[in-house]
Amino acid sequence: MTSTNEAGSFWMPPQASTVAQEVDSLFDFIMDLNYIFFFLILAMVVVFVVRYRRTQQNQLATSDLAHNTFLEASWTFGPLALCLVMFVWGFKLFTTLAVAPEGAMVVNVEAQKWRWSFQYEDGQTSDELYVPAGIPVKLVMRSKDVLHSFFVPDFRVKADVIPNRYTTLWFEAIKPGVHTIYCTEYCGKDHSQMYNKVHVLSEDEFKKKKEVGFDAEIDPVTGKPKAKDPVVYGKELYEKKGCKACHSLEAGEKLVGPSFHGLFGRTGKTVAGETYTANEEYIRESVMTPLAKVVEGFPPSMPAFQGQINDEQMNALIAFIKTLK
Amino acid sequence: MSDTQAKDYHLHLTDEPDYIDAKPGIGAWLSTVDHKRLGIMYLFAVFATFGLGGLMALLVRLELFSPGATIMGPDTYNRVFTLHGLAMVFLFIIPGIPAALGNFVLPLMVGAKDVAFPRLNRASFHVYLVGTAMALYTLVSGGVDTGWTFYTPYSSQSDTPVVMMTLSAFVLGFSSIFTGLNFIVTIHKMRAPGLTWDRLPLFIWALYATSIIQVMATPVLGITLLLLAMEKVMGVGIFDPALGGDPVLFQHFFWFYSHPAVYIMILPGMGVMSELVTTFSRKKIFGYRAVAFSSLAIAIISFLVWGHHMFVSGQSAYAGMVFSFLTFLVAIPSAIKVFNWATTLYKGSIILNTPMLWALSFLILFTIGGLTGLFLGTLGVDVHLHDTYFVVAHFHYVMMGGTAMAFFGGVHYWWPKMFGRMYNEKLAQLSAILVFIGFNVTFLPQFVMGSRGMPRRYYDYTPESGYEIFHKISTVGSWILLAGMLIMLFYLLQSLRQPKNQRLELANPWEARSLEWLTVSPPIEHNFHEIPTVVEGPYEFPINGQKSEH
Repeated sequence: MTSTNEAGSFWMPPQASTVAQEVDSLFDFIMDLNYIFFFLILAMVVVFVVRYRRTQQNQLATSDLAHNTFLEASWTFGPLALCLVMFVWGFKLFTTLAVAPEGAMVVNVEAQKWRWSFQYEDGQTSDELYVPAGIPVKLVMRSKDVLHSFFVPDFRVKADVIPNRYTTLWFEAIKPGVHTIYCTEYCGKDHSQMYNKVHVLSEDEFKKKKEVGFDAEIDPVTGKPKAKDPVVYGKELYEKKGCKACHSLEAGEKLVGPSFHGLFGRTGKTVAGETYTANEEYIRESVMTPLAKVVEGFPPSMPAFQGQINDEQMNALIAFIKTLK
Repeated sequence: MSDTQAKDYHLHLTDEPDYIDAKPGIGAWLSTVDHKRLGIMYLFAVFATFGLGGLMALLVRLELFSPGATIMGPDTYNRVFTLHGLAMVFLFIIPGIPAALGNFVLPLMVGAKDVAFPRLNRASFHVYLVGTAMALYTLVSGGVDTGWTFYTPYSSQSDTPVVMMTLSAFVLGFSSIFTGLNFIVTIHKMRAPGLTWDRLPLFIWALYATSIIQVMATPVLGITLLLLAMEKVMGVGIFDPALGGDPVLFQHFFWFYSHPAVYIMILPGMGVMSELVTTFSRKKIFGYRAVAFSSLAIAIISFLVWGHHMFVSGQSAYAGMVFSFLTFLVAIPSAIKVFNWATTLYKGSIILNTPMLWALSFLILFTIGGLTGLFLGTLGVDVHLHDTYFVVAHFHYVMMGGTAMAFFGGVHYWWPKMFGRMYNEKLAQLSAILVFIGFNVTFLPQFVMGSRGMPRRYYDYTPESGYEIFHKISTVGSWILLAGMLIMLFYLLQSLRQPKNQRLELANPWEARSLEWLTVSPPIEHNFHEIPTVVEGPYEFPINGQKSEH
């Protein structure tokens, strides 16, 4: 029962990693056992209930059968043997999933409420995961706050991401494509919004992307990074960097933090009683060291983005906020 | 003590009132130590908490009908699914069969006048009420949003009423421990003359095994929740890394109780199954010893498998290997029971009335639940399936398709004994069929969604994900379930509004063989006029034809 189903099957999504086919083979084996035993029990129930239903002629049982050593031994040791097969097969597969091959490309993953960020061996960071096809990739993961879990259904890999130590997983993507990443350990309000993507690129494409910068957009005509329109880029960052989870764009809508609508130029009081004006410097300071001037009536919950947002991105965010009147 | 033998027992009415009419008034009920009154009050309570948990489920499914916000935002949703789990686990399923049915039936079934410690039994119920009140209080003080499993550090840091809810579960734990203790002593010390261990009905064996788990495992949950409360209130770093603690430690502590807890949930259901399958095929159980010992084996091995909830938690691969192996072992006794129940039907005389419909539902649905557990115990496959809807479907098949079906079957089986009335059989059959259909429509699609990657505890999903059609079907299934349950509520309440029947007529409407049927319905306060002497096993139904197949 081989399971080469690159496009996916009834039960499974596409097989996009080298290990997916192995996982699906074992899954299919267990599913076959499921069908066999389910239909066996169902058949026993249906046949007996029909054949031995209570009628005028069949008012009492016609047997007091209480033991049958052969049957009882069969349905004890038969299932036990099958369980041992599943156990051994499952354990071997698990060791394959758990131990990354030597020389795998390492990407550091950081999870936080409610976004992922990735850092590559050359120090670059990106908001979505970029990997080359045909090369084993090992993710070394850590959370900044609560438990999260990194899951790519198409790769059949998953590992919880915890705050006090690293956890790892590895995969080798078969060919270029884009695959969804889910957070799959409940982490609060936007647990279901922590979508992300794995972009599997050919080795060449990956090299090019790395040189240009993973988050840069390439102009298909010139092959050079596109100059990004700051307002458009700012809006993208508003979503990708997770600002969206706590700052609404609707007038007056209070989420965790103040709405960005009408923010630029606004004045008000901080929790320390000082007056602030939301100009460029205030916005930059609030992004880099958010606890400096928390607006009165709001909690000190915002994470710091020092080191995670560069100057170009900061300018884009400010440009975007300026348009929100 | 008279030496009236059980099979020669003659029922007769006296002037003595039944347990419902004796000592009337709310004060008498609230201060009662009568196991039957306590059982009835528990019965009403768990129906109510099932309703609360069920309402939460309907809301969850309604929200998930379409992508995007449907009827609520994510903060509300997270509170709703948390309450669904908490209400169903702590307020309905764990007390469910032992406290509602077990309390009523166990002393009658062993030929005793009450449990060993009637006042401890009363305490058990009052503690349950206090714990439930505390849990309901969190509803009005904002609702907890951590999931019923309270994983740290999210729960350490959440500003929802986690401390009150964990203390409520701590209190409820004592209710469970008291009941377990009481049952163990009652079964050991208060069996009627002649009722040897190998003549005990299998419901008693099941309650015995359950009680062992209740007494040994629940304290661990109590301590764990207390530690969590201490961390939140006093800042003692145990689970929160920000305070120097280890979040995975919480999972070990939590699941050390919560895995055996799921066997607290299923074992009594299995006990009810043995009673229903035998009575309604008029046939003795196939493999009595195997079923009895399987209950004990499940109870013991259940303590050794908790790490199968943690294969991808960061737990070591070696630990994973050990837990996976033991998980497969614990599956075998359950499989033996399923085969034994199915084989009991062979050459029986089978009637498809309401309790039997519930029993057959259990047999089919628990089989699916158990078989799908194999995927999750298999390490390499669990990596993909963990924390997806596949797990959600699996545990609903065993907890609801198993325990809840057995609970309803038991309610319908012992209803005439408890209340001296019958319910409308046609409506009851309709309800059982609707629930069976609704259950499968709700949960079968969840297996497919899960293996295709849909994570659990998700407020939302995208239209591109492809999960929408499964969610829609599942939600429609929940409405069919609702219809079945509403019909049940209707005819059960309607049956209580009838006058009580002649107490002899409904003494043993099923012609069953265990001792609770050898007294009037409803029973008198002290259960039996004379304690019967038992001379044979619990399933010695007469058979047609002289050929014995021993």
